[in-house]
Amino acid sequence: MYDFAYHKPATLADAVKLLAADPDAKAISGGHTLIPALKLRLNRPSALVDLSGIAEMKGIRREGDALVIGALARHVEVAENAEVKAAIPALAYLAAHIGDVQVRNRGTIGGSLANNDPAADYPAAVLGLGATLHTSKRKIAADDFFLGMFTTALEPDEILVAVSFPIPERAGYAKMKNPASRYVMAGAFVSKGPMGVRVAINGAGPCVFRQAAMEAALAANWSPEAVAAIKQDPEGLNSDIHGSAEYRAHLVTVMAKRAVAAAG
Amino acid sequence: MPQVTLTVNGKQHTVEVEGRTLLVELLREKLRLTGTHVGCDPSQCGACVVHVNGDSVKSCTTLAVMCEGAQVTTIEGLAAPDGTLHPMQEAFREYHALQCGFCTPGMVMSAVDLVRKNPQGLSEKEIREGLEGNLCRCTGYHNIVKAIAAAQEVMHGRRASLAAAAE
Amino acid sequence: MNVVTPFEGIGARVKRKEDLRFLSGRGQYTDDINRPGQTYAFILRSPHAHARIAGIDTSRAAAMPGVVGVFTSADLAGIGGLPCGWQIHNKDGTPMAEPKHPVLAEGKVRHVGDPVAVVVAETRAQARDAAEAITVDYEVLPAVASMAAALAPGAPLVHEGVPGNICYDWHIGDAAAVEAAFARAAHRVTFETTNNRLVPNAMEPRCAVGEYDAATGEHTLYTTSQNPHVIRLLMGAFVLNIPEAKLRVVAPDVGGGFGSKIYHYAEEAIVTWAAARLGRPVKWTADRTEAFMSDAHGRDHVTRAELALDAEGRFLALKVSTRANMGAYLSTFAPCVPTYLYATLLAGVYTTPAIYAEVKAVFTNTVPVDAYRGAGRPEATFLLERLVDVAARQCGFDRVELRRKNFIRPEQFPYQTPVALQYDSGNYHATLDQALAAADWAGFEARRAEAKARGRLRGIGPSTYIEACGIAPSAVVGSLGARAGLYEVGTIRVHPTGSVTVLTGAHSHGQGHETTFAQLVADKLGVPIAKVEVVHGDTAKVPFGMGTYGSRSLAVGGSAMDRAMDKIIAKGKKIAAHLMEASVEDIEFERGIFRVAGTDKAKSLAEISLAAYVPHNYPIEELEPGLEETAFYDPKNFTYPGGCHVAEVEIEPETGRVHLVNFTAVDDVGRVINPMIVEGQVQGGVAQGVGQALLEGCVYDEEGQLLSGSMLDYAMPRADDLAPVSVATHTTLCTHNPLGVKGCGEVGAIGAPPAVINAVVDALRDWGVTHIEMPATPQKIWSIIQGRTR
Repeated sequence: MYDFAYHKPATLADAVKLLAADPDAKAISGGHTLIPALKLRLNRPSALVDLSGIAEMKGIRREGDALVIGALARHVEVAENAEVKAAIPALAYLAAHIGDVQVRNRGTIGGSLANNDPAADYPAAVLGLGATLHTSKRKIAADDFFLGMFTTALEPDEILVAVSFPIPERAGYAKMKNPASRYVMAGAFVSKGPMGVRVAINGAGPCVFRQAAMEAALAANWSPEAVAAIKQDPEGLNSDIHGSAEYRAHLVTVMAKRAVAAAG
Repeated sequence: MPQVTLTVNGKQHTVEVEGRTLLVELLREKLRLTGTHVGCDPSQCGACVVHVNGDSVKSCTTLAVMCEGAQVTTIEGLAAPDGTLHPMQEAFREYHALQCGFCTPGMVMSAVDLVRKNPQGLSEKEIREGLEGNLCRCTGYHNIVKAIAAAQEVMHGRRASLAAAAE
Repeated sequence: MNVVTPFEGIGARVKRKEDLRFLSGRGQYTDDINRPGQTYAFILRSPHAHARIAGIDTSRAAAMPGVVGVFTSADLAGIGGLPCGWQIHNKDGTPMAEPKHPVLAEGKVRHVGDPVAVVVAETRAQARDAAEAITVDYEVLPAVASMAAALAPGAPLVHEGVPGNICYDWHIGDAAAVEAAFARAAHRVTFETTNNRLVPNAMEPRCAVGEYDAATGEHTLYTTSQNPHVIRLLMGAFVLNIPEAKLRVVAPDVGGGFGSKIYHYAEEAIVTWAAARLGRPVKWTADRTEAFMSDAHGRDHVTRAELALDAEGRFLALKVSTRANMGAYLSTFAPCVPTYLYATLLAGVYTTPAIYAEVKAVFTNTVPVDAYRGAGRPEATFLLERLVDVAARQCGFDRVELRRKNFIRPEQFPYQTPVALQYDSGNYHATLDQALAAADWAGFEARRAEAKARGRLRGIGPSTYIEACGIAPSAVVGSLGARAGLYEVGTIRVHPTGSVTVLTGAHSHGQGHETTFAQLVADKLGVPIAKVEVVHGDTAKVPFGMGTYGSRSLAVGGSAMDRAMDKIIAKGKKIAAHLMEASVEDIEFERGIFRVAGTDKAKSLAEISLAAYVPHNYPIEELEPGLEETAFYDPKNFTYPGGCHVAEVEIEPETGRVHLVNFTAVDDVGRVINPMIVEGQVQGGVAQGVGQALLEGCVYDEEGQLLSGSMLDYAMPRADDLAPVSVATHTTLCTHNPLGVKGCGEVGAIGAPPAVINAVVDALRDWGVTHIEMPATPQKIWSIIQGRTR
């Protein structure tokens, strides 16, 4: 790791100021994506701005027909939260299956979303539920947030504060893990609710995406069989030693089917 | 140079660190607590697991500066002050759940956290899943799983001793 | 009196003595050692598989903060290359090609990870920072990343002096007899397979600390080694030219080896040399990603085999042609793995009368390959045990009956195979029957039907294996090309009050020697294990030793101890005879007590040892004082553990994912000293075998870049990848060592892979699948069953 300065602001405003003042500074919360990258010397921030002391980024609460989760919520907190389990059990399930116990004890929803690793879990839930992302500047719809591999709509001095999940009638998540890293090789988050019928696919492509054909099929007939025959085009999907684009495309259908079955 | 003040195994330390100093480096190199090991770089193996504020974390993926004010427990601090082994340590010995011993500190610390957080008790499958973040190359995990299953009975007071848990 | 409870002797399930320190964080691994004034080395490694080094500029690095030294091969003038410990001869009798293996690259790099320069600095981070400031001018050359590429006509040469990239072209067996048998065979079965390259990945990364005492001229190397005396010999004599008396090598607690810590590595020489050069201790610790490109890899064979059978299914002949990847340089024992540890095992447990095998060893631009847990025997076993299943299917035999029909029968021992080895003992029918019963082989079809109802494909697979351990008679291995003796050394030091220190040349890095070796003493001398200390891993303390690999510690090291204890008893009898005024012939010894036969006169070992160290009433004219004996034990033969493993798997047809659901091992490891430890060794070996079969595979791209270069890409078995492993033993004793022991450290890694793949293929039998290469990943299985119909 290269050395860097370390700041721990107490307020969102101070954090924004620090990031705005130094274009080479990076925000950190749980650090479970950033620190491994730093250890490999893949990037060289001048400073780290530790968000973990910012009160307005914490907490999980029900607000009307939505569940609002602070960006600093650790995966374990989402997984075990009674409100989450009651309102969107698929989201609790997803959080309970991110990485391993130690990752869940440190990693945060905000960190995962701001990083937008194609093999991460949370982007599928956010896109698959049609959530709204609250930042230090504005509100961003899920459909506008994930721009590409490791790229989001967040500006360099913009901080993700909370995510508001509309509560669906039903939702489900299924994934196939990479046998080595255990990151997502292909996953599907499906839901039916106020945001319509949504199918978000993660792991398979360079960025989480919606599977329109499956959404249409499920809108007409919400059942695993409805998606079983829909093939994902492998064009543009990721390919590595554990999963070719063709295999991932096949898994997309299998995982969508399983996600619908899990959603009930 | 930044300073961090934290409590390790009940003892408070104030240590000078760099921004980039990892918690495991602080423990091993500054405090000479070498029971916590480093077995990989991409946060996969879990040899470095310690407890921070009651949660198991990978100390190789935690910056020391982010542990200001933290309560840290390492393998050296798990046994009672009189040296009596923690039931999990006992169980690992009883069930031959360690061979070369290198993954053992992290494995034990993960296991203790796993059992503490699951007072309802864990099935064999749940124990295996709960160990996803810890690699062992020697044992094939068979005896580790058995040791944890026995230790949870003692830790939760359902059995008085490991011998009783084995029955 | 030291009267031991029988529970601590041979066969007792005693808890391990070493556990307390490991469980409380007080183990002392090499990286836990810090010497006063210590500096840190970082090694700059080649990012290219093959390149000429046109120049290296270290000036910027040398000026960086904290840097105390920057070295390249130019600084190492007069330093030898890393030696190879085994010489194989070609079919025509000429010796193998043995190109120099420099400590730091000399003019050329030959694999990704090849060490190019070393930076020594006050901190690890400073050393790494400075290494990035070194400029290396590489002229990238075309690389050969696979054996196929290396053997292609006109392929680039890894070493200019090695035409065709062929290290050796060797053979064994009777080609004419094999051809004759094939000519009259009723069935001929061909099988081709690749034995996947593996990365050992002991959990402790390698580490080395060098130190030099200018006052005495003594060098000390602390290193993660399975054999410190061998490192002292190789590094002292061949690389750094330091006499043994001035070189101490310490291998303290070592966090697993599995073969990867046998070899003498460049980093050991670098820190030892740099510590003397700089006058300060130097530590190097690998990070895991570095380990992937610098620890010796394992396996990596490509083989074509043909089996001839008669109409009844009797094996008539076996013909094998194997290409074995050596990587870019010859690691310490690499040449013997695909020859004397592989081809000599091709008889397996069968009476195949004619065998011919040829092995071509090939240089490629990849990390050197050497022995990894099992070393040659897993490759032989996988080949044979898959071949038998394939033959059974192809020719219409039951695969269990086909094995039974061809087994060497118990009354045929000692059994001379057509490929040099003579097996001393075994009972393959018994281990097979016991394993089939334990695995409920008979009930499998019902389980398969039940799984089918759940949408899962269930399969079961056997593997009946043999291996060779306890390497081996020195004269024999010497005639086969070994450049070392392969005996072991044990010293028994009985202290004045009767406690015992054992000094052993074997090294424990997870095997529990501190316990099992103490049990040998408890059993024979009657000393409680609490009073027995086992010392290993330090050339300053232990007289000599060849170390631990090839499951040899007990068979060879334990036998040396046993011989030393015989000497202790013989001397003790003389002392006892003197003290009790009897003749030596009348003294009996059992479990700590010297007794005058037929009388109640007796002396304990402690009384005898006290007399030996306080020789007031002592036969001082005939006998030296003291009670300490050393034995060098040179084995008469290999030992031959064998057994049967049965794997049961379920496959998700939609994803191709394989779930291991049951694993049963019945092994004949000879006499069992501590069943708890034997079970642990087998379970651990099986996990690595299952890893090879289902998860692990080292992948290079065509340019020689390591695609599986970290734990994010190389799939290590985790707890939820595995299932409980049922372990039992069926013992036949080794006939030629005093303990009757065979060895248990590698049987799991040898027996398991074909059992698992046989099960996977069985699960897919309705699809017409006849073989799946390892690792049987979900993607591979999915792509194989794609398009096939039942």
